Amino acid sequence: MSEQRPATPPLPPRERVGQEHRLIRAVLIVVVLAFLSLFLFMPLATVFIEALSRGVMPYRAAILDADALAAMRLTGLVALVAVSVNVVFGLAASWAIARFDFRGKNLLISLIDLPLSISPVISGLIYILLFGAQGLFGPWLKARGFEVVFALPGIVLATVFVTFPYVARELIPHMQSQGKADEEAALSLGASGWRVFFRITLPNVTWSLLYGVLLCNARAMGEFGAVSVVSGRIRGVTTTLPLHVEILYNEYNAPAAFAVASLLALLALVTLALKVALEWRYREERALSR
Amino acid sequence: MSVGLRIEAVERHFQGFCALDAVSLDVAPGELLALLGPSGSGKTTLLRLIAGLDHADAGRVLFDGVDANSLTLRERRIGFVFQNYALFRHMRVFENIAFGLKARPSATRPPEGEIRRRVHALLELVQLAGLEARFPAQLSGGQRQRVALARALAIEPRVLLLDEPFGALDARVRQDLRAWLRDLHDKTGHTTVFVTHDQDEALGLADRIAILNKGRIEQVGTPDAVYDAPETGFVCGFLGETNSLPVSILNGAAQFSGFALRDAGTLPDGTKAELFVRPHEIALSEPRPGLLTGTILHIRRHGGIRRADIAISGLIKPLKAEIAPDIAFSPGDPVGLALGKAHVFVGQ
Repeated sequence: MSEQRPATPPLPPRERVGQEHRLIRAVLIVVVLAFLSLFLFMPLATVFIEALSRGVMPYRAAILDADALAAMRLTGLVALVAVSVNVVFGLAASWAIARFDFRGKNLLISLIDLPLSISPVISGLIYILLFGAQGLFGPWLKARGFEVVFALPGIVLATVFVTFPYVARELIPHMQSQGKADEEAALSLGASGWRVFFRITLPNVTWSLLYGVLLCNARAMGEFGAVSVVSGRIRGVTTTLPLHVEILYNEYNAPAAFAVASLLALLALVTLALKVALEWRYREERALSR
Repeated sequence: MSVGLRIEAVERHFQGFCALDAVSLDVAPGELLALLGPSGSGKTTLLRLIAGLDHADAGRVLFDGVDANSLTLRERRIGFVFQNYALFRHMRVFENIAFGLKARPSATRPPEGEIRRRVHALLELVQLAGLEARFPAQLSGGQRQRVALARALAIEPRVLLLDEPFGALDARVRQDLRAWLRDLHDKTGHTTVFVTHDQDEALGLADRIAILNKGRIEQVGTPDAVYDAPETGFVCGFLGETNSLPVSILNGAAQFSGFALRDAGTLPDGTKAELFVRPHEIALSEPRPGLLTGTILHIRRHGGIRRADIAISGLIKPLKAEIAPDIAFSPGDPVGLALGKAHVFVGQ
């Protein structure tokens, strides 16, 4: 015969791990949302509202203006070159760092991050000092008909410098974590070096490479400081989109400035969407390969 | 197809640390040889060196008398199965296995149909027919292992090298694969070298075993030879469980606290040495004069046998001995110990 015990309710635990008070949670969420709207959503919305404040026709006109179109072409060209150069550099650097041990490896890793810690204005000035009219190589190059500063090469150089960490930084940890067993396996199976690179190494880092390219491209198209120093702002010739925005704004042509700025804002949104999409795909792949 | 392998006085140093120290070894054509040793003994380094994935600082590796350094990786034709298989994760099983054939220069590359036929024959051989369209991530550990093996076999290797082939598998799969690999080896007859730290695996699978310790080969021999006639204390201790007692040689016998446990062979009197004896070589009885005596600490069951831990005065670690099922001892009982086969080695 089992004895009937009086049902005692379980004592609630004094403390629950990870169950902070509801009020604290609510406050934290409100603070974050307020911060985001003040510093991110409102400025972004302002760009589009200002851009369209005079209606669609002036917006169209501002964007299809000859100088604006030239700025777009220049920005696209600069980004294309900078991204290509940095893909090659990033692959080479991350390959060297992940696969080999050599003296000064840590120094190289720090140097790759250098452009992130240098003010872009300084990055631009470096090229003025090197290639400007009074610069180290400037007169020599000028005598041979090469214009670097206040021309396309200078803009490309400054952009490459500012954006070169982005691809390498994505690739290095990925390559390091993968180790070299796959490549050794391919080599022992008789594959040539090129085959190993294109069939094994590159496919293994596809996602982080794309991610790096995306960030690199966004930064290349949006770069202002370094480019503004070396460009010389020859309207319609050496003005990239960010510079064009500034010029319009300084001319008190706010609607046109905001119209062109909205293109850059759009670029940011597209980049963000692609970044999220890539992270999704990448995570799936990571989960599969574990 | 398989060739003999000769390793001549190979040395390898890593930043002041000697990973391989004058290692010499012969592997006969068609032989299945195990490199056995604890981690850090240099066994994987030796395997990578044979494969050409690493280079020796001194010494030579010869394939059928040809210096391996004169061959490219492709010419060596080594089938290497990596510890974690290193399957190409973005390729399907079929592409993984076909990789070595497709990577050949066009002059020696088999036509598409021939590659397809060979890959399917290999899938058949490793019992994975029907899984050719899977990605490695969609396979179990044992299946991945067999894909890695099929991929290595596809290049018709002259030597097959396996790095800890069962290391990443759970115990039951490991047992099955071990028997299966032995069958496969008997069928295909490749000269095979595999690395393991598990003495049961080496004893149960290999024709011969090379035991490595601190970059040196301690002993090479058949499983029976190395188990029954170990040449060093390390080999004795590494192959299965063993007890060790410090002994000194006196009057031609190895003595421990006044008891002559075993004749000393050729060792001169006055030598300090170590005596090794396996648990099943210790017979327990009622204490008698002239027998080493101890006290039973506890008795545990290991499957079909019972093990006793016996405290001996003058010895820090208790001795392990097997107890026959018909003998009733309890913890606390005094016992007499008679040693069967034991080995005496000087200095470690």
